[in-house]
Order: sequence, then C-alpha cells, then structure tokens
Amino acid sequence: MGTVVTSSVRNARPEPSGRARAFLKRLQNGDAIAHHLTLLFALSILLITGLLVFELYVHSAASRQQFGWHFLVTSTWDPVSNQFGALPFIYGTVVTTAISLLMAIPLGVGGAIFLAEFAPPRISDYLTFVVELLAAVPSVIYGLLAIFTVVPLLREQVDPFLQNKLGFLPLFQGPIYGVGFLAAGVVLAIMIVPFILSVSRQILLAVPNEQREAALSLGATRWETTWKVVAPYARTGIFGSVFLAMARALGETMAVTMVIGNTPKINASLFAPGYSIAAVIANEFTEATGRVYLQALIELGLVLFVLTIILNALARVLILATTQRGTAHT
Amino acid sequence: MKIQKSRMLVWALSIAIAGLILSASSSKSANLSSGESPAGQTLLLNAAGSTFAYPVYSKWFNSYHQEHPNVEFNYASIGSGGGIAQLRAGTVDLGASDMTMNDKLLATFKGKTLQFPIALGAAVPAYNIPGVNVALKFTPQALAGIYLGKITKWNDSELARANPGVKLPNQKIIVVHRSDGSGTTFIWCDYLSKISPEWKTKVGANTSVNWPVGLGGKGNEGVVGLVEQTPYSLGYAELTYCLQNNMLYGTVRNSSGNYIKATLASVTAAAADNASELQKDIRASITNAPGKDSYPISSFTYLLVPASIPNAFKLDAIKDFLSWMLSEGQTQLQSISFAPLPQAMVDIEKSMIPQIQ
Repeated sequence: MGTVVTSSVRNARPEPSGRARAFLKRLQNGDAIAHHLTLLFALSILLITGLLVFELYVHSAASRQQFGWHFLVTSTWDPVSNQFGALPFIYGTVVTTAISLLMAIPLGVGGAIFLAEFAPPRISDYLTFVVELLAAVPSVIYGLLAIFTVVPLLREQVDPFLQNKLGFLPLFQGPIYGVGFLAAGVVLAIMIVPFILSVSRQILLAVPNEQREAALSLGATRWETTWKVVAPYARTGIFGSVFLAMARALGETMAVTMVIGNTPKINASLFAPGYSIAAVIANEFTEATGRVYLQALIELGLVLFVLTIILNALARVLILATTQRGTAHT
Repeated sequence: MKIQKSRMLVWALSIAIAGLILSASSSKSANLSSGESPAGQTLLLNAAGSTFAYPVYSKWFNSYHQEHPNVEFNYASIGSGGGIAQLRAGTVDLGASDMTMNDKLLATFKGKTLQFPIALGAAVPAYNIPGVNVALKFTPQALAGIYLGKITKWNDSELARANPGVKLPNQKIIVVHRSDGSGTTFIWCDYLSKISPEWKTKVGANTSVNWPVGLGGKGNEGVVGLVEQTPYSLGYAELTYCLQNNMLYGTVRNSSGNYIKATLASVTAAAADNASELQKDIRASITNAPGKDSYPISSFTYLLVPASIPNAFKLDAIKDFLSWMLSEGQTQLQSISFAPLPQAMVDIEKSMIPQIQ
C-alpha cells in the first residue's frame, strides 16, 4: 500500500534533485515529522516558561520601581497606605514546605520501599491504586478535611502535647489557635505523600533484578539488599519525586489558605498563624484595586517563581554534595 | 504497516489541529456579531465584578431576560477589582463593585462613569463563647478596641458594662477577619475608621487592610467556620450569609445610642437616613448613620455604568434595565436576603438615568 502511494506521487511530479529526494524520503518515513513535531512540543515548554517570567516581570514594573529590593526584606503588607513587603509570605512558604517535606519524605520513601520490595504483589497493587487515588483528590477537599479534623486535633491534642514536652524550644511556644504553620505543613504533607510514594515505587520497580540477585548471592539479607543496593541505585529518581512534591507544596494555594491563619507575620512558633505567597495572591487578587497593589501581587508571583528555582537548585546541590561517592545512575 | 500507522497519526493530528483552529475562529466571529444586534436578534450585554452581589445580578438578569427575551446578560463574578479593571479596559458593558470609586480611580477611565447603588449589605459581629447563647451588645469602642488589639479579654469592662446579666468569661478574645479582599471588610473598616480616630490613622479602610491582630478566614464561610470552631473567638460576617444560615450575631450601638440588631429593615433605614448626603454625592458612606433605628455597619453595592454608550441598542437596553432594577428589581431582593434601597435612593437614581447617553 505504501509503495503504491509513493510511486504515484513520483509519477505526478518532475523528478526532484538528490537532496530534496532524500528529504522527501525521510519525510515519507515519518522520522522527520516526528522529530520536528516533538521538538516543537519541547520548545513550547521553554516558550511558556519564558512568557510566564516575561509577563510577571513586565506587569510588576511599578511595584519593582517603587520598592526595589526592599520588597524582599520588609514585612509590612498594607493595601491602605500602599506599602508592600514580601518577607512574611516568603517565610511562610518556606516554613510550611519544609515541615511538609520533613514529614512526607520518610513516609513516602518508606512506603514506596515496602510496596516495591516487601509487599506481596497483590497487596502492592491495591495499595498503589489507593495512593494514586489520593494524588487525584482536589486540594479544596484536603482543605476541608484539615479544617474539620486536622485543625481541631492539633488544637486540642497535638499542640498542647508538643508544648508540654518540647515547650522549651521557641518552635513550640505561644498561644495555640489550631490554624497556623504546623497545620498548613501537616496538610501539605498529606497532599504530597502520594506523589513521593507513587513515583518512588515506580523507580524502585525499575531497578534491574540482577542487582538484587547479585546482592543476595553475596549473602546480604533482604533489608541489606534493599537499603544498600536497590535504594542507592534508585536514588536519583527518588530525589526527582521529592522535587516534584516540593514544587507542589510551594505552590499549593487552596488547602494552605484554609488552615494557615492568613496573617502576614513572621513568628518562630509553629503554632502561630502565618501566610504563604500563593495564598495571599489567591485571596487578594480579585478585589485588588490600584496599580501598585495589583503589581505588588504580581511581583509576589515572580518571587514564588524565583523561590521555586532557588530551592530546587539548593536541593540539587545538597544531593550532589551528599552523593559524591559511588553514585549509581538510573 | 508501521510506517502507514505513523502517517495516519500525522494526518489525524493535522486534522485535529485544523479543526481546533476553525472552531476557535468561528466562535470568535460569533462573539463579534452578538454585540451589535440589529432589531429582532438577541442582544448580549456583559457585566463583571463583585462576588458579594452575584446572587442579586444572577436573579435580576434571569428575571429580566424572561421578561425581555431579546436582551441577555452575562455576569462574571470575578471580584470588584476585576470588574473595575474590565470596565476600564472596555471588555464589559457594566461593572459591579462593593466599594465606591474615588476621584483618582475615576480619572483612570476614558469617559465618565456613573455609580448606581443597587442594594444594601451589612457586616455583623459573630462570636463563639461557650456558655453564652444570647445576642451580645457591642459598643463601637468595644469593636474598635478588640480589632486594635487593646481589648483582649471577654470580661473587659467595656464589654461587661454593655452586657449586664451576661456572665462573660476571663478568656482571651481570638479575633477573626476576612483574608480575601472583600466589600464586607471595607464596610467593617470604614465603620471602625469613623468611630475610632486611632483606627483611621493606624489601619484605615479598604477591601484588604493591614490587620493589627487576628486570624484570617477565606470568605464568609471561612470566617464563620473559624469562629464556630474556635472557642472564645469573634469575627465579622456578611448579614446575608448569617440570615441564610440562621446564625446568632450581636447587636451594635448606633450613633443615637440604641443597640440595633442588623435586619433588612434596619439596614435600609440606615440608607434612608443619609439620603440628603447621597443626593449631593452618590458615593457618600452610610456607616454610622444617625437615625435611631439605623444599623450602623451598612453599605451599598454598586453597578458601574459608562455615561456614554455609543451603541444605540445597548444604550436603550441598559437604560431600560436600570429603570426595571429600581422598580421591579428591588421587590425581588428580600427573597435572597439582600436589603432593598429606600424610596429616597430610588428617586435619586431615577434622576441619574438620563445622564447616560
């Protein structure tokens, strides 16, 4: 069928020169089309990212001019007198993300190791299905869950307990509201565990069986094989899952604003209410009037973008520094 | 066989892309034609703005369309700020805002823009004190003191004096406010600015402010949710929301010294009191109104209309809608828990309609 078509095309046109013919031939094979099409798709990602930064940069001009670098280091957010500083929002975003990662990484990676290495295949499949279902739950649902269960639990049980046992640390001092940095961090942790777990499990399953067999044949136990051979082999991919989760935590809006307390203040206590960049943009953008106010919110978007890049880079540097010896590549 | 498959894929893709482009361009042309409607066709008017007033516009635009099938409204509840911006950019025919536009903001518009108050809203204090199930009385000084962070305990003398017979606990007041930009916040702060010089200089009034104390909840439901969950808390919420949810809320002492419970009637009364000032400037604030039955924390929500509408069909339709909204539209407000305009306001606004040309 294919040859019939090509020959009829040839007959209809004058014979093309050598180079063009080669091109046409490649074209007919579909390789060139696939090459150019996929290149286009790949470039579109660059284009979208570039446009995003460009738009954020251009539309925050008035705010950048008025506040300069002070925008990043001042803490006043006053729409009435048009004074804007991003520091409390940056702080809130970083702190909640850090809390969530501290809780989610052990849970997610540990769960993935169990599902990939130890659990019977049937149980593993069922559990993975449930985990992936969790990843698809809209964040507003997590926010509601947090308001009705996590926040009261923190206020009545967990926070008083922590204050009682660890109250000598500034982290656990001050009045308890239930909502605050800790509540937001816990909700974020619940939201990102499925990401880490699901991706890490896939990575672990992709580790060649020869690796395990080799370790076992040398007399390693099941756990030693997992911890010393399989996990290091899959390290890069597992870190990738953590990056994905971190990006999600940094940008999460709805669930965070429902439980963080929405107060732009910097406070050492995890019980205190705070604010995050994504939350303030979502809260104030619709009703913001006035050029500087609106542009300050757009500049916050730019700050979040840069913050995400910086934290990603820092995490990568950290990983490079800790994995110098004998890194396995996946 | 494989080659053929990939070629078919390429064809399918290009057909799909062509289809997308075609459909996009055809829908664009449909949009363009709907604006300038010759007689006999449906005229589409776009409006955008206030989320608070969305139930009003939704009801009105629906009823009006049923009575006038050739005019259709489309309302996007994107927030007051968005409504103002879209009207300025000329992408919508009408804007809706919970806050009046000051001269500085109006100057950014190309032509003159008229502001029609369309209905009234109010903010009420809602609280959660275990063991107290009566409507508490709040003096203006108590509300300002609490929100400034100066009155910190429920058994403060300012509160105790106004509420004899109520056993107020020796507990810290947890203050709750709106975190999202909101007309309700504007009313609340506008009121506090009027009764407290300190609030006026320290905080001021806007749809979002720099709160001295308190936790932020998103939306009326966020504030009420936080208040209901947190013992010893106090927040403020939109009257409409509280009426629809049968909530308990406090009374506030007005400038005549009476403690007034916010109801649709007491809110309308506040607007009637200030009619003479509104006659001079339609943007006059009605918080802290003087009448003895007026609820002091009340405010209008506004429809923004350009004074010059070049399209004759649109001009007629908008003018007719405005007259309809001031007569029949007002009678529909009670059913959705919004306070209607007093007769004095209706008269003032009817006289504004001929200014649109």
